[in-house]
Amino acid sequence: MSRTLTRRATVVVAVTAAVALGATACGGTTKNSSKDSGGGAKATASADPNAATKKGLTVAFLPKQVNNPYFTIADGGGKQALDALGSSYKEVGTSSGTDTAGQVSYVNTLTQQQVDAIAVSAQDPGALCTSLNQARKNGIKVVTYDSDTKPECRDLFVSQASSEDLGRTEVQLLAEQIGYKGEIAILSAAQTATNQNTWIDFMKDELKDPKYKDVKLVKVAYGNDDAQQSFQQTQGLLQQYPNLKGIISPTTVGIKAAAQYLAGSKYKGKVKLTGLGTPNDMRAYVKNGTVDAFELWDPAKLGSLASYAAVALASGQISGAEGQSFKAGDMGSYTIGKDGVVVLGKPTVFTKDNIDQFKF
Amino acid sequence: MPETTKAPAPLARLGGAVRWDTAVGALLVVLLICSFSFVENFGNALNVSFLIGNTLPIALIALPMTMLVVSGEIDLSVGSTAGLSGAVMGALWNGGMAIETIIPICLLLGALCGLVNGLLVTRLGLPSLAVTIGTLAAYRGIAQIVLGADSVTDFPQQYLDFGAGRIDGTFIPYAAIPFAVLLLIAVLVLHATPVGRSLFAVGASEEAARFAGVRVRRLKLAMFVTTGLISSLTGVFWALHYASARYDNATGLELSVIAGVLLGGIDFDGGKGTLGGAIAGVFLLGAGQNVMSLLNVSAQSQIVVTGVLLVISVLAPRIGRQVSQARARRRSADKAPAALAAS
Amino acid sequence: MTVTADTPQQIAADEPTASRRFLDRVLKLRALAVLAVLLVMLAATQIYNSEFLSQQGVKDLLLNATILVLVAVGQAMVVITRNVDLSVGSVLGISAFAAGTYLHGGGNPLLAVLIAVGLGVLFGLLNGLLVSLGQVPALVVTLGTLYIIRGIDSIWVGSRQITANDLPASFVDFGHDGLSVIPYLALLTLAVLVAAGYYLRSYRGGRDLYALGSSPEAARLAGVPVRKRILTAYVVCGALAGLAGALYLARFGNVDSGTGNGYELTVVSAVVVGGVAFTGGSGTVYGAALGALLLTSINSVLPSIGVSSVWVLAIDGVLLLLAIAVDRIVALRVAGVLRKRAAQMRSAHHA
Repeated sequence: MSRTLTRRATVVVAVTAAVALGATACGGTTKNSSKDSGGGAKATASADPNAATKKGLTVAFLPKQVNNPYFTIADGGGKQALDALGSSYKEVGTSSGTDTAGQVSYVNTLTQQQVDAIAVSAQDPGALCTSLNQARKNGIKVVTYDSDTKPECRDLFVSQASSEDLGRTEVQLLAEQIGYKGEIAILSAAQTATNQNTWIDFMKDELKDPKYKDVKLVKVAYGNDDAQQSFQQTQGLLQQYPNLKGIISPTTVGIKAAAQYLAGSKYKGKVKLTGLGTPNDMRAYVKNGTVDAFELWDPAKLGSLASYAAVALASGQISGAEGQSFKAGDMGSYTIGKDGVVVLGKPTVFTKDNIDQFKF
Repeated sequence: MPETTKAPAPLARLGGAVRWDTAVGALLVVLLICSFSFVENFGNALNVSFLIGNTLPIALIALPMTMLVVSGEIDLSVGSTAGLSGAVMGALWNGGMAIETIIPICLLLGALCGLVNGLLVTRLGLPSLAVTIGTLAAYRGIAQIVLGADSVTDFPQQYLDFGAGRIDGTFIPYAAIPFAVLLLIAVLVLHATPVGRSLFAVGASEEAARFAGVRVRRLKLAMFVTTGLISSLTGVFWALHYASARYDNATGLELSVIAGVLLGGIDFDGGKGTLGGAIAGVFLLGAGQNVMSLLNVSAQSQIVVTGVLLVISVLAPRIGRQVSQARARRRSADKAPAALAAS
Repeated sequence: MTVTADTPQQIAADEPTASRRFLDRVLKLRALAVLAVLLVMLAATQIYNSEFLSQQGVKDLLLNATILVLVAVGQAMVVITRNVDLSVGSVLGISAFAAGTYLHGGGNPLLAVLIAVGLGVLFGLLNGLLVSLGQVPALVVTLGTLYIIRGIDSIWVGSRQITANDLPASFVDFGHDGLSVIPYLALLTLAVLVAAGYYLRSYRGGRDLYALGSSPEAARLAGVPVRKRILTAYVVCGALAGLAGALYLARFGNVDSGTGNGYELTVVSAVVVGGVAFTGGSGTVYGAALGALLLTSINSVLPSIGVSSVWVLAIDGVLLLLAIAVDRIVALRVAGVLRKRAAQMRSAHHA
């Protein structure tokens, strides 16, 4: 019996090896030979800017993670806008921020339920493409917000602020606090986080400006958006670089973990911290002097803009092409930029003086 | 399956007559029929193909996992092995290698992962639970080192279509066909060959099996290698199905597989269970989740449902057995004094 | 998953005093080995980076370890009885939030800690009852309760979160202050550790846990109240997970529905690295605590010598494999030595 097993195993290995060799011999399909593939429906449909805004539509929000305070605020903003427009809102999603398979199956479910539009914050730029394009083939409009997919998989991307703005302003904020001099580090989310990686590239670019000649970026650390890991990464940064003057943490989880560590250590007030955080998270640390200033956009407005964009798409007022514009209630009119991106605006900087005006 | 129970008391037989795996299968059928009739949007071809496509990775790994659990072992590293082969697939693809070469390499790598698990368990005599918790972390860690922050999505279209598409005009995903073949092979091996009987024997009593001439170590080693191989196949399928190779692909898949297998009535102590039951368990969980999503049940509530099902699946058969045993005991106790009085 | 080799205990029964002493020494050596690895690692890091063991550095090392040590001590007691509790991460999360909600409403910090512990006891009781009364595999049951408790937590918490701003300053300060370099949290953990160690070593109930883990059948025949002891182990484990939840709240000042997610694997790794065998009946809580200290220290060492965090997971996994493999090889050797000694003794007696 066991001899047959061994023999079978040998056969399997031999066959796979033979297939591998054969395939290599024939050339096979490589990255270069399949460059032209991919792509989905392009936004080519004509749009009528004067079409009536439809009522009674259903727009589904699919955040990266339900139960995440940031997305709850954003989606809440989306709900308000939809209520104002006379359409209905629903929210579904996975309870883990890295359950890509779960997010795909939610897109499929929404396709089944024939909603009119989906507003999605993508966990992965590529993984959702197949199912999102399937949804679009079934007449569903797809808007991404907060975190984009590849441009060919959605109709519009509602961006919180231009990536360039965010990257550059965070460096400017920190440089001012440390007097344009000294070592700085970045505490990011996961290594795979698309948003953070784009912002960090712009930060590095900003640092090339001669006025930062005395500022040196020594390290980018990854806390995986986990409180404990972000904590230990912060400790590691401070131990490895005793002369560290400042930390930028472009993630809401990272910045509050770093702030909590700094607040309870000897580095409080001496090492500056800035980045992206929500006022509620950071209030205690701004008031006790751990953090001077940080920034963020208003997530509720982001969600609200996503709703207006989705309804405008579903009403046929826009098709997602560059140069078209649509109205977003009180927030005014927005114009679609290159690659179907709509930018919400400049981020708000929060300090001791204004933080109490913001309740999110 | 060796059902060697003594002639049970009439009441106990009632509990014994309905086997757990049959019950799970019946439950699956009932769920499907109800959903087809009452749940909007469930029954169309697209949704059924989604349901099958999303459950396939779990069902695939459930095949070798059932055999492992039957023989009294477990492999928790399957999700990480799948993630590792996906990561290697992405890294090699980025390196410009042909996909036809990459896939066999990934499969060999998976077999190697299984071999490491198997050698640690069979040669050193370590508990498979501890070993595979270790390799769960190790393989995932290696995947992270191999691919890092990258997410590879530009695999050739015909392969992506195979991973995500379905046969025109039907609800059957392309990938379901190779799965059906593997399922058939697995059922035959487990339930109709000496190998399968040996697995049950080893699970029931390793000592006895050894004395009966089963080469226990070699058998277990072969099972671990198979599990690694199928896990990496799942990893390749996963990367194609979701058109994305990342180091964290298939994280936590081991828990879904084990939940499904246990729900299907595979006894964790080894020696009992059927493949049909395991696959029914996996699809019951998959279909349940699909229906709950369509009915707008939140992800959090779905987690609770999964947990409750899992606890019930282990508790119910045992409690049933205990109740019937207690009744049988009381009955014989009742009889004994009567017999005494009569004499 | 029964390993049928001559375990040291079985042979020890033949020759109580001599081999018991030998076995004790081996077990101590096992703990010493972990300690040595830890010290060498810390020393090497210190040489590489002189800031590492500064006052702040030592304090951080201790603080990082406290929460994991607490949970690992509870887990060790369960694993010694040849069971396991996978639901600790979920219990930690839900009790941290419960304590936070209470404090948010202006509660007393001490009472908040008690609430967290109480909730932990409750879930420990649930696990213990399911395992001991249902007589079902602990792995499956606690995997089920892991899901159930996490689900209840997510439904209850929703997208709410507790931030440092919601907590009394005294409670947050308690999370990072201490007597010079030794944080209060570490002192508390040390007290728990010593108490658990003393109970396991010197009380009948504690010894019973070992007996139970070595051979459940023999323990039952010897009159050990099996169900009661298993229940105790689970309740302690739950209580410590709850306590760890309260300390997590104090330390990180931030709790949401994802807190403690996936913690069970870290805990189980720490326990096993610390020399508590999955097969039950061997190991100490001190070993488990050392294992926890080692794992958290690696997480601190790597960033401070500038190694990418990418390596952490792989290193943890390999370390776990090494620990169990070395244990097994040593156990086989020891069994060999003991068998030889026993044979010598026997022939000496006969002569």
